[in-house]
Amino acid sequence: MTRDDSNSRGSMGNGGSGEGGVSESPPRDLSRRQFLALAGSGLFVFFPTDPLDAFQEPERLPARQGYPTDFNAYLRVGPDSRVTCFVGKVELGQGAMTSLAQLLAEELDVALDSVDMVMGDTDLCPWDMGTFGSLSIRQFGPVLRGAGAEARAVLLEMAAEQLQAPAGRLQVTAGVVTDPSAPGKRVTYAQLVQGKRIERRLEKAPVKPVSAFSVVGQSPRRKDALEKVTGKARYAGDFAVPGMLHARVLRPPAHGATLRDLDTAAAEKVDGARVVRDGDLVAVLHERPDLADKALRLVKARFDPPQPSVDDKTIFNHLLKTAPQPRLVGESGSLAEGEKLAANIVEETYLNSYVAHAALETHSATATIEGGKATVWASTQTPFPVKQQVAQALGFTPQNVRIITPYVGGGFGGKSASRQAVEAARLAKLTGKPVQVVFHRDEEFFYDTFRPAAVVKIRAALTGAGKMVLWDYKVYGAGDREARLFYDVPHQRTVSAGGWQGGNPPGMHPFGVGPWRAPSVNTNTFARESHIDILAARAGADPVEFRLGHLSDQRMRRVLEAAARQFGWKPARAPSGRGLGVALGIYAGTYVATMAEVAVNKSTGRVQVIRVVCAQDEGVVVNPDGSRQQMEGSITMGLGYALAEEVRFKNGEVLDRNFDTYEIPRFSWLPKIETILIENPETAALGCGEPPIVTMGAVVANAIHDAVGARLRQLPMTPARIQTALKRA
Amino acid sequence: MQRTISFTLNGKPTRVTVDDQRMLLWVLRSDLGLTGTKFGCGAALCGACTVVVDKEAVRSCSTPVKEVAGKRVLTIEGLSQEGRLHAIQEAFLKHHGSQCGYCTPGMIMNAYALLQKTPRPTRAQIIQHMDDNLCRCGSHHRILNAIQEAAGTMKGGAQ
Repeated sequence: MTRDDSNSRGSMGNGGSGEGGVSESPPRDLSRRQFLALAGSGLFVFFPTDPLDAFQEPERLPARQGYPTDFNAYLRVGPDSRVTCFVGKVELGQGAMTSLAQLLAEELDVALDSVDMVMGDTDLCPWDMGTFGSLSIRQFGPVLRGAGAEARAVLLEMAAEQLQAPAGRLQVTAGVVTDPSAPGKRVTYAQLVQGKRIERRLEKAPVKPVSAFSVVGQSPRRKDALEKVTGKARYAGDFAVPGMLHARVLRPPAHGATLRDLDTAAAEKVDGARVVRDGDLVAVLHERPDLADKALRLVKARFDPPQPSVDDKTIFNHLLKTAPQPRLVGESGSLAEGEKLAANIVEETYLNSYVAHAALETHSATATIEGGKATVWASTQTPFPVKQQVAQALGFTPQNVRIITPYVGGGFGGKSASRQAVEAARLAKLTGKPVQVVFHRDEEFFYDTFRPAAVVKIRAALTGAGKMVLWDYKVYGAGDREARLFYDVPHQRTVSAGGWQGGNPPGMHPFGVGPWRAPSVNTNTFARESHIDILAARAGADPVEFRLGHLSDQRMRRVLEAAARQFGWKPARAPSGRGLGVALGIYAGTYVATMAEVAVNKSTGRVQVIRVVCAQDEGVVVNPDGSRQQMEGSITMGLGYALAEEVRFKNGEVLDRNFDTYEIPRFSWLPKIETILIENPETAALGCGEPPIVTMGAVVANAIHDAVGARLRQLPMTPARIQTALKRA
Repeated sequence: MQRTISFTLNGKPTRVTVDDQRMLLWVLRSDLGLTGTKFGCGAALCGACTVVVDKEAVRSCSTPVKEVAGKRVLTIEGLSQEGRLHAIQEAFLKHHGSQCGYCTPGMIMNAYALLQKTPRPTRAQIIQHMDDNLCRCGSHHRILNAIQEAAGTMKGGAQ
């Protein structure tokens, strides 16, 4: 196929705002010098996405892929008056395409509409580790602003020369430089760079003070919105390449099952169908996706089942049995001292199940190999690692693999793993044709890298005066993020054994686990905030006053007080019968306080969450409405793992395979949601795509307890579990 | 059975010669190249594939193409007229009804069918009608607000 410009633009999703910054064919082997030779004239500023740790690990070294080592993003001010930012981050729905463009437009003093984001294309963008962990704004934001400021300073120097006026006197509006003391004198950024090629590396340019912001802090229309409401937005499964075949891959019925025998004769007889077998990969291909699927159903395969192993009920004992030696996360004081001061000890175990990402777009990829070079459009959060995986699977050098990340239909951590991209590329090589792989929903559940099931054990104590004095915290299976206590307790220790990042003993988690929106923090926050509520009740205290009595962190006090004010919280000892709950959390430096009101139907065990108030301190707010959108999304998604979502499995077989048995939140579940953004100009902009979700398990558990006196220690809090807890209460 | 099916697609007469048991979703996406309609679950559980057939919202992943013979099929690509967005699309833009955007075409088409029949729905009616369309990003409130506003701006009901 011809890789024309419309493909590149589709991959950037430029929001319909004019021509992209690069009109030439993409370079094949991108060193900076070669790229510049192709990219024409303009001002280029090179900078890192994270100056601190972007290049620490050997496999991250851009040098190995032919890149210079001192940058992994850059911007270009072009003679066509467009500003283009090239970065390996991707747009998953979180709005990075818009908020990053806002930061750049702000520092450069150009119109937001003149900024194009080229994201997640491994031939056009320098190396990036991936889009996750609420890092895009937190780590990349400051350097992106610096680069914008650097470019503006260079352009002002050039303008000063041209207008024969000191740079300090000049003003810039929407890319037009004027001299206030000489009306009529003006020059545009586009004119300044015409016919020139200027390269700069970001040193340290002064950025604007928050008080001078005019683009940052606004809520413009999302750059991706128009394409998304018209059906023009393209996802990895929307690319059609001439001659393309759709592949359906034969899957085992259970993890650990092995193929015993295979009969593909009937499938091969289907008109237009092709069957390919290469080692472990058996696929049926057809030019129509549904006919490939029909032919796959004719394949007769027998699998030997795996050894009997765990299921969703025995998993918790299994985790405790197989977990590695716990690792110390943090410690202060001495647990032995704490025990001596303890008048009232509360010891509990908290459980949560495996949870699926269940993005609406399943893992999809379209691959084509032409002239020894593979191009793969992939729904992925990690285009650069996927490039390495595809190169390895094909036996290609990485320079001969290009991953293009179009719009991604939801990730939540689940598209960090991208098996489908490797399969599509392998099948393209095997068949000599472009190949598309789109997972069906059952494959999506089967190969998902779930949020891990986990066990948390907490032993905590109060003094006779109702002050927390001891906190002994052990988490198994989830990971240690935000496991440390932010409440003031003199004698405390936190340990963690195994987690979502891998490095677990073989078989501890019986299938893939990985990051799931705020990894390990949903587990740790559910356990901690449930336990704090139990201690508050034991102390005879209101749960908000009890928390404030143990909080010296001013940012946390402020979000809690803001939430309480908005909610109209009136102190009472739980259970008050009102159905009100509170939970606090921290994720990636962002603070949240959430309050909820629930109604519990005692006969059915069903819970309706009526109202949620959430206050968030994310530092400087780049895009207020975008932040609120993310908060609402986090709160809504969090209702799922709180009330319904768990992956059931037995002996390697995943039993939940579609939305009939695996329920995710829907319109009728919605509470009234009120979000509060704390004004905090002293703290640099932090991530906002994940934090509120961490509080949703505990805030609902605490509200259920307040309503009916039943304490739920296991997520999700299904009607059956609530009924059981009610019988005990 | 292989046969020729004729229907109106986004206002244009359309003929396809296909196995008439094939699902409309795949004929739209693969044979006709209209990829705005999305695949999400393949079992009429998520609503990403919703299109409007005559005046009804249908799940195209579970609708055999033979069932649309002689009917009018409307997809997201056919909703804006002469470059002008439909009121529901405008309202989705204004209320930021999309995050990842994958559920958006199905949401808009299902809302369109609702407003055809019930031009002034209550919020409860909207929730009931939209409840089987899933959104994982959690844009639900904004989608509801957008539909309510679209209903209000369409004078004399849905166009």
